[in-house]
Amino acid sequence: MTSLFEEVPVSTDDNISTTRVEVNVNGERRAAQIEPRLLLAHLLRNGFKLTGTHTGCDTTNCGACTVLLDGEPVKSCTVFAVQANGHDVTTVEGLASSEQLHPVQEGFKDEHGLQCGFCTPGMMLSAVALLNENDDPTEDEVRWALSGNLCRCTGYQNIVKAVLWAGAKMRGDA
Amino acid sequence: MYPSRFRYEAPTTLAEAIAILATNDDAKVLAGGQSLIPMMKLRFASPATLVDINNIPDLDFHGADADGTYRIGALCRHAHLEKSTTLGDHQPLLASCAPLVADPIVRTRGTFVGSVCHADPQGDWASCMVALDGSITAVGPNGERSIPVKEFVSGPFQTVLAADEIATEAVIAPAQGTRVGGYLKLERRVGDFATAGVAIGLDMTGGTVASAGIGLTGVGAQTIDAAEAASVLIGSSLEPDVIERAANLAAEVANPRSDHRGSASYKKHVVETFVSRILGNVQREELQVA
Ligand SMILES: Cc1cc2nc3c(=O)[nH]c(=O)nc-3n(C[C@H](O)[C@H](O)[C@H](O)COP(=O)(O)OP(=O)(O)OC[C@H]3O[C@@H](n4cnc5c(N)ncnc54)[C@H](O)[C@@H]3O)c2cc1C
Ligand code: FES
Ligand code: FES
Repeated sequence: MTSLFEEVPVSTDDNISTTRVEVNVNGERRAAQIEPRLLLAHLLRNGFKLTGTHTGCDTTNCGACTVLLDGEPVKSCTVFAVQANGHDVTTVEGLASSEQLHPVQEGFKDEHGLQCGFCTPGMMLSAVALLNENDDPTEDEVRWALSGNLCRCTGYQNIVKAVLWAGAKMRGDA
Repeated sequence: MYPSRFRYEAPTTLAEAIAILATNDDAKVLAGGQSLIPMMKLRFASPATLVDINNIPDLDFHGADADGTYRIGALCRHAHLEKSTTLGDHQPLLASCAPLVADPIVRTRGTFVGSVCHADPQGDWASCMVALDGSITAVGPNGERSIPVKEFVSGPFQTVLAADEIATEAVIAPAQGTRVGGYLKLERRVGDFATAGVAIGLDMTGGTVASAGIGLTGVGAQTIDAAEAASVLIGSSLEPDVIERAANLAAEVANPRSDHRGSASYKKHVVETFVSRILGNVQREELQVA
């Protein structure tokens, strides 16, 4: 256990050097006693063991660490975990329901939208944010929405196809 | 990478936030965090206290007052402006700049006012504010003051804000006639800072330029106010020779460094081209239709 993170039961008292946060992660209330300098990416990965959120550059450039904060895509390496206190966070682990993949996940599978998979969770969350706003985007709109997420493998072509596929599925056209 | 330790405060009123700033040495405001957090992670900044203003209500506005005065609140994100359905009607320059700031994910967090406060010579919004001759409203323990943006930035990454002041909004005066203009930015890829950027804001009355401003991004140690270039536009109808003079004058005041984004002479050339292009577009779209 590090001083940066310690998961605690939901009802302990505050203490001075650390802060207690409660975050709704993928629909589940989670609480932790943390130092304010803990980044959201590390709360998720090292704290809550949700390692689907990847850290690539750690310098706010690559988008691999993208999660949804109250439905908006954010780079979790560039948000302090304390800032998520009382808010909703969705990670890639929260996309599928118990039985059913999210259409975006199905699309990546069907259209071969990944190779090494490192960028994929971030790509998927940016895609989900786009499709939640507009489930019938043009190819340009998809490319625009994903332009903060870098992929070193695919050349993006199949990622774009995967998102268009997911949009069609969500509209009931596929 | 972890920042150094700091004390975290998340006040829910402006008064409380100012009181915390006033009673703590080395405290910094945290807005979108898209410049400050990366700097803290690299330990270029290690404030002892962070005052997170994200929980203060009613700061996320943008819009025009009845008299046309345009206000952008301290928690108005880049993405709010990019997706705004009304911004373009009032402030075409800002509407053309919004999609070019950083990348879509950074835009959901980063704020307009935070960008101006960061005073990065590469900041796109500061050039727009210079071109529109805007001001920043600052609130501190002794009340409120309005600071013209041209006096606000005192150097690279430096402003005249006192340590216990918070910038609550950016303010742009109403148009004299029709407001037109635009932003052009050369970037190597989405999310990159400008190799060079040009912001032009014009107010047109009866086919002539009533007022003009030109701001240059990334071609000097701070945002450049190309005032002389703008002044030749006043009273003109953007004739080709006037455009050429303005473009040359703007390139002259640009003072870029050669770096990985391009040589100094190339960047000056880009400034010249962008000034001509923006003014040419305005000339075609606004004057020939009328
Ligand atoms: C990958 C990446 C690419 C980027 N590309 C661009 C780009 O192309 N163009 C561009 O212009 N910017 C770019 N940025 C910067 C981005 O626009 C930031 O959002 C912006 O510079 C700072 O705004 P913020 O709200 O995030 O401020 P913060 O990071 O929260 O704060 C920045 C500074 O301003 C101070 N501050 C902020 N708000 C206030 C306030 N209301 N009152 C007093 N002080 C305040 C803070 O104390 C701090 O010193 C990029 C950032 C990243 C990470
Ligand atoms: S790890 Fe966060 S942007 Fe690259
Ligand atoms: S699949 Fe390898 S980085 Fe995108």
